[in-house]
Amino acid sequence: MSNARKLFDEDLKVINVGLKIFYEDLKRQGVRVVQVNYQPPPKLEKELKDKLSELL
Amino acid sequence: MSLKEQIEEANKKAVERMMEAEPYLVDTKLAKDAIPGFREDMLLHAGPPITWERASGPMKGAIIGALIYEGKASNEEEAIKLVERGEVILKPNHEVGSVGPMAGIVSANMPVYIIEDKKFGIRAFGNYNEGIGKVLRYGAYDKEVLSRLKWMRDELYPTMKAALDEARKDKGGINFKAIIQQALHMGDECHNRYVAATSKFMNEIAPYLVKADVPKDAFNRVWDFMKNNNFFTLNIGMASAKAMTLAAHNIKYSTIVTVLTRNGTDAGIWVSGLGNRWFTAPSPVPKGVFFPGFTQDDANPDLGDSSITETAGFGGFAMAAAPAVVSWVGGSVEFAVENTKNMYNITYAKHKYFTIPYLSFQGTPTGVDIRLVLKTGITPTINTGIAHKKAGVGQVGAGIVKFPFELFKDAFKAYVETYGA
Repeated sequence: MSNARKLFDEDLKVINVGLKIFYEDLKRQGVRVVQVNYQPPPKLEKELKDKLSELL
Repeated sequence: MSLKEQIEEANKKAVERMMEAEPYLVDTKLAKDAIPGFREDMLLHAGPPITWERASGPMKGAIIGALIYEGKASNEEEAIKLVERGEVILKPNHEVGSVGPMAGIVSANMPVYIIEDKKFGIRAFGNYNEGIGKVLRYGAYDKEVLSRLKWMRDELYPTMKAALDEARKDKGGINFKAIIQQALHMGDECHNRYVAATSKFMNEIAPYLVKADVPKDAFNRVWDFMKNNNFFTLNIGMASAKAMTLAAHNIKYSTIVTVLTRNGTDAGIWVSGLGNRWFTAPSPVPKGVFFPGFTQDDANPDLGDSSITETAGFGGFAMAAAPAVVSWVGGSVEFAVENTKNMYNITYAKHKYFTIPYLSFQGTPTGVDIRLVLKTGITPTINTGIAHKKAGVGQVGAGIVKFPFELFKDAFKAYVETYGA
């Protein structure tokens, strides 16, 4: 609990993964933030996914 | 050799050929005299195959305008009847080695550029650029549009022809790959920004215009037209890209995309190892910056063969080379850099000759691989012009658009069926 409280007392340093809107919002507020681009892999049917693994 | 190894070998060959092609602008002729198999009753159009019934507003507008330009109809009603009676053959540019931006309509008596690839001997064609705003390729066809097209045929075309005859005699034509290469170092990405490329081209063509001894009045009008149209060389760049991608096409086993295009209704792709088979999905509506008086609601789904530039490894894929392009298509400089970086995730190679100063002269992302699109879910992101959805209005803005994922999934399924993986 005390560690969590400490976290909120310190300056935030954020690594944002995925949706960029959170990165942009934090940046606008002067928070130190790094963006990591990520999107979940597409959903493929199992057969297609297997073929892709075989050929890539 | 396993199929995976065969793919690797084929893709290496395809992308190598794409990068090594040497497109030169060698000549210009009327479409009916330049493009093999062209017929008087034929209209070429952008994107995958389309019927009149399914065509969008700007595509219909451009078809109507071309039929009036050709003297086959004297007004809109006559033109529509002609098409509805089935007296006009609509054929995709890509199926005859040609390209045209937006509606991409090419009719028999429109002049086209002839590009010759000096390395592999392939020919490609592209129509002339009319400028921006109210123009045929965005679906406008009023008196101003038609009289400009007639001037282009009657004065611009013979002037260009005379200059290119001289350029061909002197040094085999104008090396347009070299112009793209230099323009990428001068702030163009060579899809939606052709400011530097057009200036370089004007420098190249000037001595041949003088040598051709064209009448002074014609010279002045042609020079002003080029000077006032920053997109003058877009169509030459596109036809050059078509020659490059044709060099990579029809390589057995290759999973590299050789056509990315849209007709205002559907988007479509070709894959090297699958020949001229179209894979299509509904064309998305671009998001962008609009001219005063227009909004996102006016935008038509995307159209044009101009994404052949991205297919060949420049255009939107080289946005990091062109920070100023974001003032035209929207987004931020940061986005421009990010888009180029993102496209490395779905491309086979970094271009050997097209490089980006801001990225430490790294080669542009080149050769979209359908397998990588399927693996990452990232699809080619391009920049584009935006046409009004109603026929007759013209260009209303410019923006950015992503190709639909389904195209690549369908192509991969067909690949697996074809090669029995």
